[in-house]
Amino acid sequence: MSPKNKTVIIDYGSGNLRSAAKAFERASEEFGASEVVVTNDPATLKNADHIVLPGVGAFADCKAGLAAVPGMIDALTEQVIANKKPFLGICVGMQLMATLGREHGDTDGFGWIDGEVVEIKPSDAALKIPHMGWNALSFEPGAHPVLSGFDVGAHAYFVHSYHFAAANAGNVLAEVEYGGAVTAMIGRDNMIGTQFHPEKSQQFGLAFIANFLRWPGV
Amino acid sequence: MMLKTRIIPCLDVDKGRVVKGVNFVDLVDAGDPVEQAKIYDAAGADELCFLDITASHEDRDTIFEVVAQTAEQCFMPVTVGGGVRSVDDIRKLLLAGADKVAINTAAIHNPEFVREAALKFGSQCIVVAMDAKRNGDRFEIFTHGGRKETGIEAIGWAKQMAEYGAGEILLTSMDKDGTKSGFDIELTRAIADAVSIPVIASGGVGTLDHMVEGVRDGHASAVLAASIFHFGTYSIQETKAHMQAAGVPVRMD
Repeated sequence: MSPKNKTVIIDYGSGNLRSAAKAFERASEEFGASEVVVTNDPATLKNADHIVLPGVGAFADCKAGLAAVPGMIDALTEQVIANKKPFLGICVGMQLMATLGREHGDTDGFGWIDGEVVEIKPSDAALKIPHMGWNALSFEPGAHPVLSGFDVGAHAYFVHSYHFAAANAGNVLAEVEYGGAVTAMIGRDNMIGTQFHPEKSQQFGLAFIANFLRWPGV
Repeated sequence: MMLKTRIIPCLDVDKGRVVKGVNFVDLVDAGDPVEQAKIYDAAGADELCFLDITASHEDRDTIFEVVAQTAEQCFMPVTVGGGVRSVDDIRKLLLAGADKVAINTAAIHNPEFVREAALKFGSQCIVVAMDAKRNGDRFEIFTHGGRKETGIEAIGWAKQMAEYGAGEILLTSMDKDGTKSGFDIELTRAIADAVSIPVIASGGVGTLDHMVEGVRDGHASAVLAASIFHFGTYSIQETKAHMQAAGVPVRMD
């Protein structure tokens, strides 16, 4: 790893990225090794050590927004799939890793992790949608290096109405309970995705981001 | 292992400074909003709300700076309300670092604005704030700090806003606001039970039992309070401990 690790946050017009960038900067301060760059230039991904794809709003809109940046999806695929750089998708950025999104009609995802993004349907009709607020993560201790140091039941901040229904249970790294199991984190190989917002999850979130920045991905 | 009730401190901001009113008059200046936000963040508040009450148009940009500075230092969800009238207002607040915006009067003047905003930015960031007051045997929506009636019936309005794409309702009782006598439980429960989106109860908190009642009896997903936190009557941690002891699930870590 180079002495100055470079984290690239992809900007494709999806909401505010400055606070996300600040969270990554803050998290990296403790080990002083990461430069954080927010960019819409696909060429920047070549020099990235870690890649972050945020996303808020609807699946179809985010996919369209990303596709509207010339060369971005190709560059992402090259760096994450071929070059196996550590990747973190956040919220809709995580959902885009799926085969298919069902929000506002059917939209193809990247197909990196088999599964569909479907509406949350809590068994208890009194539960509100969106699933909004702090929920407790359940995961197998040792499930993933990025979850190391956390207790089962740690709280993360969620705001979403759809979630990732993975085809292979082995790709689900963490869940929360909301009238049934809701996918909180997915991953395989060098890629992970969180339905929750680490950049809005206070101390837990900053520690999670720090773990991601330390993770070599393989 | 479940979703926790959110405790949301609210900071009323006028020209970039924190104030808190009693029944929306007699404002008392009491500090720097960014410093206050940091205190609430460190204390484990579940979200933060800024209500911008700046009246004059030329001073309105002060809120963007407050939000931007807060977002650089506090890694928690922030909602901004007050004077949100256009798609451009929303975009500027989100770009400054707000996670959600609360639309109030502009929704009453043009309900389609809520639909447009939800389509453009996503329901997850569109909160509809409604100020309701008893009028005869029903609840109605009021504007201008409770002084101006609209004739709009509150429960039907909440349902309409949810249907138009609001992701959440911030419900303030104008009868209770500033009284420290507790939420209007009948109002809160009527709205919370009528819509499938989360409802934040606001207006009237004076004791920690009031917070419990808003959730247990009012069925709110979150409780918002300003003065009990701002003037140090209770801390966030005391509030959470009290709610937990009363059986309300809260985040303690």
